[in-house]
Amino acid sequence: MNAQVSLILKLAVLAVLACVPLTGESFYVEVVSKMLVMAIFAMSLDLLVGFTGLVSLGHAAYFGIAAYAAALLSPKYDAASLWFLFPASVGLAALAALVIGLFVLRTKGIYFIMVTLAFAQMAYFVFHDTPVGGGSDGIYLNVKPSAAIGGWEPFDLGNEHHQYYFILAILVLVYLFLARVLKSPFGRALVGIKSNEHRMQSMGYLTFRYKLGAFTLAGALGGVAGFLYAVMFGFVTPELLSWHESGNVLLMVILGGMGNLVGAAVGAFAFEGMRGVFEGWTEHWQLLMGSVIVAVVLFLPGGLSSLPGRLRRALQGGDDK
Amino acid sequence: MDFATFLIQTLNSLQYGLLLFLVASGLTLVFGIMGIINLAHGSFYMIGAYMAFVLSSATGSLVWAIVLGIPLALIFGAFLEWALFSRLYKRDHLEQVLLTYGLILVFEQLRSLLVDNDVHGVDIPAFLGASIQLTDVLSYPVYRLAISAVCIVLAVALYFVIQRTRLGMMIRAGNDDRTMVEALGININMIYRVVFALGVALAALAGMLAAPISSVFPNMGGQVLIISFVIVVIGGIGSVWGALVAALIVGFADTFGKVLLPEISGMVVYLVMAAVLLWRPEGILKKG
Repeated sequence: MNAQVSLILKLAVLAVLACVPLTGESFYVEVVSKMLVMAIFAMSLDLLVGFTGLVSLGHAAYFGIAAYAAALLSPKYDAASLWFLFPASVGLAALAALVIGLFVLRTKGIYFIMVTLAFAQMAYFVFHDTPVGGGSDGIYLNVKPSAAIGGWEPFDLGNEHHQYYFILAILVLVYLFLARVLKSPFGRALVGIKSNEHRMQSMGYLTFRYKLGAFTLAGALGGVAGFLYAVMFGFVTPELLSWHESGNVLLMVILGGMGNLVGAAVGAFAFEGMRGVFEGWTEHWQLLMGSVIVAVVLFLPGGLSSLPGRLRRALQGGDDK
Repeated sequence: MDFATFLIQTLNSLQYGLLLFLVASGLTLVFGIMGIINLAHGSFYMIGAYMAFVLSSATGSLVWAIVLGIPLALIFGAFLEWALFSRLYKRDHLEQVLLTYGLILVFEQLRSLLVDNDVHGVDIPAFLGASIQLTDVLSYPVYRLAISAVCIVLAVALYFVIQRTRLGMMIRAGNDDRTMVEALGININMIYRVVFALGVALAALAGMLAAPISSVFPNMGGQVLIISFVIVVIGGIGSVWGALVAALIVGFADTFGKVLLPEISGMVVYLVMAAVLLWRPEGILKKG
């Protein structure tokens, strides 16, 4: 696919997404809003998994920490300022990722997977067992933050459509930002670390710092998604940090095909879409979901975004490699 | 803390740690020998516990449930290895994580379809139902001592098998260098299948033994899985003895954590892990 076609396709998808609120169906707006938030979350993890080669199984921690920060830093019966709450929540998620990254990045391979999982569990128990955030019951974010600057209010998050476009705008910004980062020398170094860390080291790169930078950035962007989630639903529970959530987001990234920002977003849409459909069919929807996951791994190693290429090759009668 | 309480907590720590060792030893062997990260390992514990519930209801005794359950678990393990896991050896960790995560969802839902979503108790076998009186008010159940005894016997047996038998020699060789083992004409796939089935059976047995104490409930595999991961990380991947030491450390840390630091008891184990990793990033007894 050449760059022009790809750009036109992306703009077309964006246009479709921008039209969702025009349907006037509140249900669809909410469903797609959640998909957009999950797409941001999946892209943030893709920076680690797909581009840096760090398989984190604890990414939900940063999502959850930012969501809790949003709820805890808001006054109980009053609106917080969005322009304070948003950076503060994301900053706390980034700080947590920085501190945890100092530990977990000392390990590699399977250890890394398990240690990120263990730290996320630690964060989970902080919110689950201590009264900081209402324990296992969770906590409400009663009043959505206000976007007012001085006397001027550019948009109102209490309005469903405003909220939708706000989330969509953040998604586009995160995408553009990540695409820019990946083109920068920093991003190139991360890709280099993925393919051969020793070589990068012998070329004089302090790879630990690069990985820590990527881990912190991914945590911060995961925090962006967590913040938006908290604002959208107004309710935060420890389950947001649970390892099932970390597994789900990893699944989205792989479903869409790793190392591909659009793929991660597609994976998030596909996952949430499948969940919605399966939930409509049966209460045992996880059985179907699990079977799909197993089947994708066994039969579709490149993820969903490898499907068009596979189909094309199959139609041309070439070998399916 | 008086002496009787201390004694009880020590015995509980031992029992909990040894039980965790049964789960973690299979996990660490599968990691070490087959290079597979298996998130579904906790599900085998859950399946064992539910087998204990279903089979002991049917046969009337936990002992019969275990006698029937272990061969079933071995067959189930060998089947899974043949049908799914044997396809994962050449894949990267990510795909292994994904497939085994999918399996957890499948197993949990099958459990929900085949049994139900309620919490169930399992009766302690009558001949182990007594308690030992320690003081006027404190006593210790014989069943917990029996669990510890069974686990110790199994740990010794595992040691014997791995260190002293031909099969164990092949397992250790496979752990060090699988290509070389294959070049020597040993059927490594058979060893993989045996090790995997053994791991499943050990985890299921742990679940069956734990069922009367913890009762049987949905998602019980998840907690055990994560704790077992911590044990494998602390002990060093692939090291069975590291897993034993780590399981005991975790057993003591968790049990005494709950008594001494109840506010942060959920975190104590992870704090221990973080400390160990700072000291030794590859676990206490990293092999090779």
